Amino acid sequence: MTHNIKKVLVLGSGALKIGEAGEFDYSGSQALKAMKEEGIKTVLINPNIATVQTSKGIADEIYFLPITPYFVEQVILKEKPDGILLAFGGQTALNCGIELFNAGTLKKYNLKVLGTPIETIIKTEDREIFAQELRSIDVKTPKSMAVGSIDDALNAAGTLGFPIIVRAAFTLGGQGSGFCNNMDELRVLAENALSYSSQILVEESLKGWKEVEYEVVRDAYDNCITVCNMENFDPLGIHTGESIVIAPSQTLTNSEYHKLRSLALKIIRHFGVVGECNVQYALDPNSEDYRVIEVNARLSRSSALASKATGYPLAFVAAKLGLGYALQDLKNAVTKTTTACFEPALDYVVCKIPRWDLNKFEGVTKEIGSSMKSVGEVMAIGRNFEEAIQKGLRMIGQGMHGFVGNKNSKFEDVDKELANPTDMRIFAIAQAFEKGYTVNQIHDLTAIDKWFLSKLENISKLKWELQKVNELNSLGTDLFRKSKVYGFSDFQIARFVLKPEDGNMEPELLQVRNARKKLGITPVVKQIDTLAAEYPAQTNYLYLTYSGSENDLVYENDNKSVIVLGSGAYRIGSSVEFDWCSVNALSGVKKEGYRSVMINYNPETVSTDYDVCDRLYFDELSFERVLDIIDLEQPKGVIVSVGGQIPNNLAMRLHHSDVKVLGTSPESIDRAENRKTFSAMLDDLRVDQPRWAELSSIEAIHTFIDEVNFPVLIRPSYVLSGAAMNVVSNKNELEHFLNLATQVSKQYPVVVSEFIQEAKEIEFDGVAKDGEILIDAISEHVEFAGVHSGDATLVFPPQKLYFETIRRIRKIAREIAKSLNITGPFNMQLLAKDNDIKVIECNLRASRSFPFVSKVMDFNFVELATKAMLNGTIPSQMPSMFELENIGVKASQFSFSRLSKADPVLGVDMASTGEVGCIGPDYYDAILKSMLSVGYRIPKKGVLISSGPIRSKIELLKSTQMLQKKGYKLYGTRGTAKFLSENGVEIEGVAWPDEKGEITALDLIRSKEVDFVINIPKNLSEDELFNDYQIRRTAIDLNVPLVTNARLASAFIYSFCKKSLETLDINTYSHYLS
Amino acid sequence: MLKQAKLILEDGSEYHGTSFGYEGSVAGEMVFNTAMTGYPESLSDPSYRGQILVTTFPLIGNYGVPGDRKEDDLFRHFESEKIQLSGFVVSDYTEDFSHWNASLSLSDWMKEHQIPGIYGVDTRALTKKLRNGGSMKAKIVVDDQDVPFIDPNSRHLVSEVSTTEIKTYGKGKHKVLLLDCGVKNNIIRCLLKRDTTITRVPYDFDFTNEDYDGLFISNGPGDPKLNVKAIEHVKTAIGQDKPIMGICLGTQLMALAAGADTYKLKYGHRSHNQPVLLKGTKRCYITSQNHGYAIDTATLPSDWEVLFENANDNTCEGIKHKTKPFFASQFHPEASSGPTDTEFLFDDFIGMMETYKDKV
Repeated sequence: MTHNIKKVLVLGSGALKIGEAGEFDYSGSQALKAMKEEGIKTVLINPNIATVQTSKGIADEIYFLPITPYFVEQVILKEKPDGILLAFGGQTALNCGIELFNAGTLKKYNLKVLGTPIETIIKTEDREIFAQELRSIDVKTPKSMAVGSIDDALNAAGTLGFPIIVRAAFTLGGQGSGFCNNMDELRVLAENALSYSSQILVEESLKGWKEVEYEVVRDAYDNCITVCNMENFDPLGIHTGESIVIAPSQTLTNSEYHKLRSLALKIIRHFGVVGECNVQYALDPNSEDYRVIEVNARLSRSSALASKATGYPLAFVAAKLGLGYALQDLKNAVTKTTTACFEPALDYVVCKIPRWDLNKFEGVTKEIGSSMKSVGEVMAIGRNFEEAIQKGLRMIGQGMHGFVGNKNSKFEDVDKELANPTDMRIFAIAQAFEKGYTVNQIHDLTAIDKWFLSKLENISKLKWELQKVNELNSLGTDLFRKSKVYGFSDFQIARFVLKPEDGNMEPELLQVRNARKKLGITPVVKQIDTLAAEYPAQTNYLYLTYSGSENDLVYENDNKSVIVLGSGAYRIGSSVEFDWCSVNALSGVKKEGYRSVMINYNPETVSTDYDVCDRLYFDELSFERVLDIIDLEQPKGVIVSVGGQIPNNLAMRLHHSDVKVLGTSPESIDRAENRKTFSAMLDDLRVDQPRWAELSSIEAIHTFIDEVNFPVLIRPSYVLSGAAMNVVSNKNELEHFLNLATQVSKQYPVVVSEFIQEAKEIEFDGVAKDGEILIDAISEHVEFAGVHSGDATLVFPPQKLYFETIRRIRKIAREIAKSLNITGPFNMQLLAKDNDIKVIECNLRASRSFPFVSKVMDFNFVELATKAMLNGTIPSQMPSMFELENIGVKASQFSFSRLSKADPVLGVDMASTGEVGCIGPDYYDAILKSMLSVGYRIPKKGVLISSGPIRSKIELLKSTQMLQKKGYKLYGTRGTAKFLSENGVEIEGVAWPDEKGEITALDLIRSKEVDFVINIPKNLSEDELFNDYQIRRTAIDLNVPLVTNARLASAFIYSFCKKSLETLDINTYSHYLS
Repeated sequence: MLKQAKLILEDGSEYHGTSFGYEGSVAGEMVFNTAMTGYPESLSDPSYRGQILVTTFPLIGNYGVPGDRKEDDLFRHFESEKIQLSGFVVSDYTEDFSHWNASLSLSDWMKEHQIPGIYGVDTRALTKKLRNGGSMKAKIVVDDQDVPFIDPNSRHLVSEVSTTEIKTYGKGKHKVLLLDCGVKNNIIRCLLKRDTTITRVPYDFDFTNEDYDGLFISNGPGDPKLNVKAIEHVKTAIGQDKPIMGICLGTQLMALAAGADTYKLKYGHRSHNQPVLLKGTKRCYITSQNHGYAIDTATLPSDWEVLFENANDNTCEGIKHKTKPFFASQFHPEASSGPTDTEFLFDDFIGMMETYKDKV
């Protein structure tokens, strides 16, 4: 093994976004671990402060900076690395690497690209070269033509014939892609795609073909293996990120499997990949004909999934191969005795299901297709397909109980649902079986392979069998066991057999559980060992199944296990930050001398890496499954406060089942979650809160609003990211939102509270023990209250709060902590207006901002909380936020460009998919770095402003003056132009989109005359809403930076007017801490 | 109606499940295979003669069984004329298969060949038992029709699967004499693709005076040492200079003929993912394997050397003669089922025949 690399630069993937999520935290962390093992110094650039990879001790140096050529070059200048890793930070890192290569930067600094050569990456990314290369080795690709203009696209379609698919080159997750059936559709799609990329592809459509992927690894000695293959449940036409995926493939014969496998090896050899690569195929369902759809010469979402599906650490191995190791020199990470040069044999199947959050967006199309919209995914493990898919559908966490037994999925037109897939299609299949459709009929409408459909039919048939029974006693052991083997939950069995009324089914559920245990029907624990039991595993990567008669593990029953409940699928409102919390809780548990046990099922995470804990149960976080695991582990206790709302919601139920919940008592958690008891407590403490009422009738709501006046905030209780929560400013909106709110929570009445305008919103994060606060962090929002805290821009330590405000917040926190006798992490959100402080929410769990404040303060809040919960020794000295010399700013990443037609506007409902956190010596430095990190660009030409209501017009006045001084050309919609010119700003008025015959705001955006758009929504007439929407959407669709909040727009403008790229502070994380 | 069935091992353990395929009891040697594809190929592989096979991959039957179309007088999709193993044990069996090329379900195929199966068994627990206790005698019992345990390795299994008559395939330029100890069809296909004429002879046929360019010693079932006549004939062949290639049992026969010893592995190698190192290089190949016996490398005579070695357990995966064109692989370069990465070994064999013919 020879390499002379001493220091490598690793590019991360930045904020989580649709198409690029937590999987790159996992792969980057693995790569860093691999480098560390070799004694190579690592420098990581990643502004995503919530990730595990940006925690201390993983990389040697961390830069919280945008992953753009400018910043990367600055870091290269400072650090002088001799190697760079581009394959571990998704498309973001790859694109940045290609730009650096093209600009000659890599050569200039003599930087060696480790692993796959950059020329190879470029070949696989440029679709035409890619197709040519494959043709040269007799590998088939779809008939396709690369074009650079709309006219050429239309001509190409004429040659190929419809239907066709349009794809944009160099984009992630199929951005700007879609199917077209005619010239009109093509024109629209081509324009959009050309806005992302100068090159688009017009291709033959292979709709209905099977979609199969292989994860391939090659070393520098030409040894190749395929680690895993995967088959999409949804045939070609639905992006693989939007598809239900099963691994390994299920409907391929040996000959098909190995034909595609051999091709994969041929391709990876031809391109000279060193490391990991993903090959996607279309396979004819009626012959062995195939096409290669795509090759990704980097770690991908699929490779993260494959790693978790097989136990083979692809990213770790790929990093080592990049250093020149041969595959057989590396050990199998699970057996520790056999070689890493092998192909995992699975003795189970995994099922990946995407998680969508389309309900969170106004106006978005629900249909899924060739471009990715899902925000997260789950992986379910089972020993048959029925078990895996039913588990998976429950894991998704949108109230579904499996394939059947869901009350909230009724479709009026099943045929349409089947033929035009949406995020709900799988449930349309369930309904079709219910209506008596045959497998063949459903196949004709969906083109889903009949094998999958008949497996789903098995589930429906079993449901009907269960429904014939009316009591558990007459169920019979065989049918009972069979139901469990095929993935039915106790809840489903309760619903089908006991047939209770809707509402709380807890008693029935427990009845089923008890009856089941009495009959000895319990799940068994199996290990994922990469070799299907051929060699013993040294790791505890586990899942539970009913297809088995014995456990792979012998339990100690020594009261030494501490179970940490993870956060489940990434979704809007809960993502990598809770993974960071979980991973840190696990290390805290270990440090206290206990056995760390993790339950989680998200393949994109570090917490589901079997190396971070003593035992990993890759399984459901349902009440039933958690109890099953507790039955086996007999733990000292369970930690429910680091994984977000999913575990938090289990606290009381576990408590009632005599499970020891560590930390704050579940009764206190319930007291804080329940608005009434919490409010009563605040009243007792004389702590102010916005006026509110829990109301269950429309009249009562009207009466309450008469009292407090519009605007009001409406929300259901028990929410995390504010599902169906909204600010309502008039009666029309009120009716609209009431409908939505009741849909989300039938059992809970609607809560209406007064909405205070122009109030500052403040986050309080703390850790307490026995009611005493050990440490706290207070951060302020840049935006006024009304923007969800998950979307808001956070400043820590606060720069613009009165000292008095901080003092009073701390006092309130102390009183609440004492009252609830908090032990562990907690978070509060407060409003401050003129030193008047109101508490709006209190969560007795770690919050989204825990990693951010922990890292800015250089003190691990979660580890301290874990210590507190386990009664460990608490350090006597705690740092204080007042001593911090630098400022952290957390900014949000939005993925509106992926969500076709969604209105890109911020509100009380969360819409961001990720975040970054940058640290700087001053406020503007940190603001600008963080905003550049989430994709904003400093404008060079013109700015288009629609400044909305008068308050925001005033807010923006000073910043527009600054823009003018800087020489920007300003355009404003009618009212804005009038207001600003009256106030001495030189600005050109433009027409609204619906004003025909003049140059409109949209024309300006389309012609790229403006490279920054400020559009502040007014919430007034329908027309204006439509006009504003058009401007916002066009900006997003044409990739022009857009800000929709006046305070944030001001902060951004101030920052780039006061600072320039060149004056931004480039320093390591450790520098800011010293 | 579904029939219950039992799998009983010689150590007394019992696994309950449901019968599929032929509804009758059977005894044999229990072995496991960790491949995830290729049950039609495995079931028709003569090397499984006398064995009850458990697949660790739980979902079996998904794509049914293809029709029995013949090409070159060989079944296109099978490895021999019939199902060769004695019984089949799986976790989750699919009757409602789906594939364009399928013509019947696995269960129906097994019924046709009177092979019993059992599903609903904890195949992982069973495999771990075999890993720890070694391959053992077992029986599938349907309808409580008990049968005695048998040790198929005490039988001369090769005689049960070898051809009884001499057959000729192809009209190519290289004359290959194929010693059939239970040859898989894909070995014949791989040779035919390479411009050969194959003369397939029974296992005990004395080929030493036949006219051929190269000798091919096939795979096959059971204890290699029982093939006394074949070993004698091979011994004569290695005294000459004509190229010889062996696969699996053929490798063991070559070793025994050369004077080396073989031994029984605890639970064998049966999978599609065995890494083998080409000795003295950095090349490591993923191979398909199915064997219960191995060559004891310490006993290899000095004019022979190890060609391939297993990267996991360092067992012998192939040998070659230091000077003469004789080589053999313990794994299956013909694959079917499994990875095809080492098919180039057939090219090497052809190359050797060419060189040999050039010389004489």
